[in-house]
Amino acid sequence: MRIVVLVKQVPSTDDGLSFAPDLTVIRDAGPCGLNAADWCAVDQSLQVAVRRRDVQITAVTMGPPGAADALRTALVLGADAAVHIRDEALHGSDALATSRVLAAAVRRLGFDLVLCGATSADSGMSAVPAMVAERLGVPALCFADRLLVRERKVEIHRDDGCGDRRVFVAAPPMVISVTERCGEPHYPRYVSRFDARDKPIAVWGLDTLGIDPAEVGLAGSACVVRAATPRSGGRPDALAMGDPTSVAIRLADFLAERQFL
Amino acid sequence: MAEVLVLAGPGRAARATCALLTLARRLGTPAVVAGAPANGTTRARAGTPATVTGGGKNGATQARTPRTVAGGPASAATLGRFGAKTIYAATAPEMDEHPVAARVEMLVRLARHRPAAILVAADRDGLEIAGRVAVRLDSGFLSDVVDVTAGPDGPVAVQSVQGGAWRVESSVVRGVPVLAVRTEHVAITPAPAPARPVVTTVRLTFPRSVRAVRQVARHRARPRDLSTAAVIVAGGRGVGSAEGFELVRRLAAALDGVPAGSHAAAEQGWCPPQMQVDQVGQVVHPSLYLALGISGSLRHRAGMRGAGTVVAIDSDPQAPIFRLSDLGAVGDVHQVVPELLAEIERRRALPLIAEE
Ligand SMILES: Cc1cc2nc3c(=O)[nH]c(=O)nc-3n(C[C@H](O)[C@H](O)[C@@H](O)COP(=O)(O)OP(=O)(O)OC[C@H]3O[C@@H](n4cnc5c(N)ncnc54)[C@H](O)[C@@H]3O)c2cc1C
Ligand SMILES: Nc1ncnc2c1ncn2[C@@H]1O[C@H](COP(=O)(O)O)[C@@H](O)[C@H]1O
Repeated sequence: MRIVVLVKQVPSTDDGLSFAPDLTVIRDAGPCGLNAADWCAVDQSLQVAVRRRDVQITAVTMGPPGAADALRTALVLGADAAVHIRDEALHGSDALATSRVLAAAVRRLGFDLVLCGATSADSGMSAVPAMVAERLGVPALCFADRLLVRERKVEIHRDDGCGDRRVFVAAPPMVISVTERCGEPHYPRYVSRFDARDKPIAVWGLDTLGIDPAEVGLAGSACVVRAATPRSGGRPDALAMGDPTSVAIRLADFLAERQFL
Repeated sequence: MAEVLVLAGPGRAARATCALLTLARRLGTPAVVAGAPANGTTRARAGTPATVTGGGKNGATQARTPRTVAGGPASAATLGRFGAKTIYAATAPEMDEHPVAARVEMLVRLARHRPAAILVAADRDGLEIAGRVAVRLDSGFLSDVVDVTAGPDGPVAVQSVQGGAWRVESSVVRGVPVLAVRTEHVAITPAPAPARPVVTTVRLTFPRSVRAVRQVARHRARPRDLSTAAVIVAGGRGVGSAEGFELVRRLAAALDGVPAGSHAAAEQGWCPPQMQVDQVGQVVHPSLYLALGISGSLRHRAGMRGAGTVVAIDSDPQAPIFRLSDLGAVGDVHQVVPELLAEIERRRALPLIAEE
């Protein structure tokens, strides 16, 4: 079984985002790391591997040079091989362009399962997995809060809140995106750091994938960021005070607005 | 003016659809894309649109329109009140059995008429539908949209990024803009003049692939497992006693969530150690974390920082938990929680959006 895990290097959430003059995210300053949900995706692929012998796990990222760290983390966690898609022309790619590139890489590798995180912590679009599936012409099981990979079928459990809990199944080849609720990732044994050094990281460019640079990057994207403004002052009205009844009404309003009621 | 397609459902409440209609009115003529004809409408064959029967001016439909139930789909009258001029309905069994894939087909089909935009609610199903439709139409997709205005070259969307720390303005320069809207941020307002929507039945033939994903179970049983819970209500020192901890369990039940406790609560024996959320106990990632009487020590925060929305109730306005709360309530848990339980019960008894 061939599993491709899509992983993204993201700026550390504690420090928040910062934007370059062209309104793209600054990705080479400050601490970065493997996106938390992608960490779970790698871990879930390893859970499949412990139960079968024939599993080959390849981690794939599309990102600037620093994104190689995300691949190294995936290799330490236990992925067998890694592919780094790197090309200046990719700078500024939107979800549509990103999914085009990732789908081409997955197709080139061949796959039974593509595992993704449900959301990336920087742009947080939750769109790339479904888009990759659409481009590959395969089903997707998105937002898995629990994942069970069986012989010829994959089952996910989803808890969408308000008591809406559902179980879905589909057959490979397919795309799956997992939430952090899938389970605490296992931490690698110390020796795997040494093992990981010998694992290959292939570097691919747009020419490797046969993609026209005009279709990706800032120029080829269908979305344009016009302005990014920090919202200063933190949370101005985030504290409700007063008599218990009005505080309770304020709480109920908030829960209803966020669709928890 | 071009149409703006608003996706109703799958499974979404009337409020979300009305929020989308509120935004859609600014961009063009709103049309609702529904899985089945809304309540209180007559069906029309494709190409022979019919108006809603029983409609008079000024809400004369009142007597014949079923009241909208909380959480249920909106009636045609409600959709009209929020500006829907057309309701596209499809009654194929696929719409119920394979709601995501079938809606992708339906939207792609309706997009042949070149709508000004497609609006969906940014819930889990909506995001998958939007992403797939964007690829099929080779059109820009924007997520986390909290507001929209009409610009000279199409919609300008405001996105709330990183829990609201950034306000980003984006637009789409290719194709039909597909917007996934966080409807909870939209203040819904009825249209200045209510419309009487024309219901058009859309006949679709689906490719086999529409059946690739099957729903095999749906249940409302509450999970026991903290690690996979969508909603967690946790109690700490501030609940005061084992009896006080009952409030935690009751609120968890009311919100369909799982109860939990801080280190302090577990140590006092108010809850079993398996329910302890912190660095050494359970690390949790719920969509909603409600903290009752928890000050928010470092070790506790380490266990729940992965939560989506954090709400805290505590008597100390300086409690560290408030610094990572989306909403904090200063007050005595023993007074606020019973009031909150009563308020939730009261709202459950009311329809979400009252008919006129
Ligand atoms: C806050 C925010 C919200 C956004 N929301 C949306 C949205 O809803 N829908 C949407 O389609 N787009 C969205 N975008 C993307 C945006 O519309 C633009 O396409 C553009 O500004 C790219 O964003 P970025 O800052 O992530 O660009 P970049 O930082 O350039 O990153 C874009 C992608 O390209 C990769 N990349 C960057 N440099 C390289 C390189 N040298 N080699 C290989 N890969 C590279 C990155 O890893 C990333 O995946 C959003 C961007 C931001 C910052
Ligand atoms: N540049 C990228 N490289 C590799 N995987 C990505 C990239 N962008 C998104 N993904 C995958 O898609 C998931 C969801 O991302 P997003 O749609 O941006 O929220 C991530 O968790 C990753 O698994």
